[in-house]
Amino acid sequence: MRTDNEAAPHPPPAADPAANAVELVGVSKNFGAVTAVHAVTLAIRRGEVLTLLGPSGCGKTTLLNIVAGFEEPTRGRILIDGRDVTLTPPHLRDTGMVFQNYALFPHMNVFENVAFGLGMRRMPKARIATEVGRALEMVKLEGLGERRVRQLSGGQQQRVALARAIVIQPKVLLLDEPLSALDKNLRGQMQIELKELHDRTGLTTVFVTHDQGEALSLSDRIVVLNRGEIQQIAAPIELYRHPANGFVASFIGDINHLPPAECQRCGSDILFRLAPTIELAMPARADLALRDGRKAHIFVRPEHLRIADGAGEGRNRVLCQVVTHVYQGTHTLTRVEAVGLGLLQLRIPGGEIIERAPPGSRIVVTIDLDEATVLAEA
Amino acid sequence: MTLRLEPRFAAKARSGLFWFVVVLILLFMTIPAVVVIATSFSPSELVTFPPAGLSLKWYVRAVTYPDFQNAFINGLIVTSFASTLALITGSAVACLIERYAFPGRTVLEAVLSSPLIVPHFTTGLGFLMLGVALGINQGYAIVIVTHVLLVLPFVTRSVYVSLRNLDPHLERAAANLGASPGRVLTRITVPLLLPGMAGGWLVAAVLSLTEFTASLYVTDAGTQTLPVAMYTYIREYSDPTIAAISAILILATTLVMFIADQIFGLGRILSIDAH
Repeated sequence: MRTDNEAAPHPPPAADPAANAVELVGVSKNFGAVTAVHAVTLAIRRGEVLTLLGPSGCGKTTLLNIVAGFEEPTRGRILIDGRDVTLTPPHLRDTGMVFQNYALFPHMNVFENVAFGLGMRRMPKARIATEVGRALEMVKLEGLGERRVRQLSGGQQQRVALARAIVIQPKVLLLDEPLSALDKNLRGQMQIELKELHDRTGLTTVFVTHDQGEALSLSDRIVVLNRGEIQQIAAPIELYRHPANGFVASFIGDINHLPPAECQRCGSDILFRLAPTIELAMPARADLALRDGRKAHIFVRPEHLRIADGAGEGRNRVLCQVVTHVYQGTHTLTRVEAVGLGLLQLRIPGGEIIERAPPGSRIVVTIDLDEATVLAEA
Repeated sequence: MTLRLEPRFAAKARSGLFWFVVVLILLFMTIPAVVVIATSFSPSELVTFPPAGLSLKWYVRAVTYPDFQNAFINGLIVTSFASTLALITGSAVACLIERYAFPGRTVLEAVLSSPLIVPHFTTGLGFLMLGVALGINQGYAIVIVTHVLLVLPFVTRSVYVSLRNLDPHLERAAANLGASPGRVLTRITVPLLLPGMAGGWLVAAVLSLTEFTASLYVTDAGTQTLPVAMYTYIREYSDPTIAAISAILILATTLVMFIADQIFGLGRILSIDAH
């Protein structure tokens, strides 16, 4: 059951070979005829922040509930600290969950809420007081122990929920869209605080969100889910730069999905014919198995489209018509239309483009494929 | 109804009509109680309205009349047992209906509301005949059983509404923090349902204390409750004592309901979306 490691709040990197805090092996979950989770195999490393990211209905919350023990998988096994807990009820799993609506006990004050888990573990009263005090300090709520939870703001309730989950030193901290109920400013601040909290506690954390920005800024690794299946597991930078498929490419960040192109090798380059008049070139890459005549999908980030300066000749230049500008402070999102390519989005630093190229004007855009994601059509 | 009125005037007229209707309904609802209370202070030997003077002598008679005293005690005994038994049964049934899908669930729900459909005298008569057949037509048991059946729908509904308002994440949160199912029940579920349970108990108590029709069948001289004793009294005497005891009952009930509302919020018990 619970190993007594209170003396060392940061458990040393496992001496045992099981470096994984949580393992899911072939986990599936059906609700009637609906498959919420399909054959998910996943290892969560000790101490990492792993994010389950996907649109609503992708199965991420179901997976979290399976780890916590609120849902029983239809198939597959769950291991926590190397121990099979597939059939273990939630109260014996030692996970700490922060619910989307916080689920604070309304009939208890802040102190009693945070102390609840310790009381269940039959910790002596004096120890509980110390531990709760420390947890409240960690979430910057020291001195508010006597408050009723209804008297707290949304941000404060969030912190109480966090303190309640971390005070039991769970084997894994489970966060179910914990920031979604907060307003935008507070959300940014809580992101930073979550990160600091993780640095201090070192708790293995599973974070569920549909917000890719949150996922990119908080995670060591991200698991992208769609329709109950894992699409890709990767570090944020890897995920952003090298999405494994079209779903991941479109889901993470803004991206331009160009029309299907026909490939042709040309020396050390690959040529993509997108429209009768549009041909883009890219240096051949070893990781791309593109034969002549094969169809390919090209994904380009808005920051990799540039406005060509001067009238000079160059590769990958496309004539476009400006549609709109959306000024965002540090940059401007500019939508342009190119015959044969449809709408494209550019991310241009600053705002002077709005004056320089008003809607309706024509500009030449360079499509840089060095950073593009190219996927061969199946 | 296609009267073309200037909009502001129309709004005014509508709000005037609204208040007129409200006052009318209030008068209509309270007038019997007002008549009875006014009569209770009458000094004359006969029940007359409006009263010819002011006196408290009928109140003195009402509280010192032995039959009323006994009936009041009987009522307390029956009510406390009936409400408590109904609370236990009703809570269990409410949990069953709210938490589990099982065959016959809708039938159970329908049966639970049957005391609202079956006339009280039918219930009373049925239990009396059953009691006679089983040889238990004397004593408190038969009265208590009858009252349990009559108040059960109200208690069940009250607990059911509280259950519906209970965020299921709270129970999950408690389990997640290490609480076994038993401790989730005692530390989270029951404390949070307590207002609904207490409110349901109080409503049941008031209903049971004032129930007359079914009680007339199932009580006897030894177990008769206050409404039955009042009925017996009015068949023999025609003085305002009956008005005085009625006034006391109205006052007591109002007081109990007011306190219940202050503590538990009756609105929360009687409507689902109050959270």
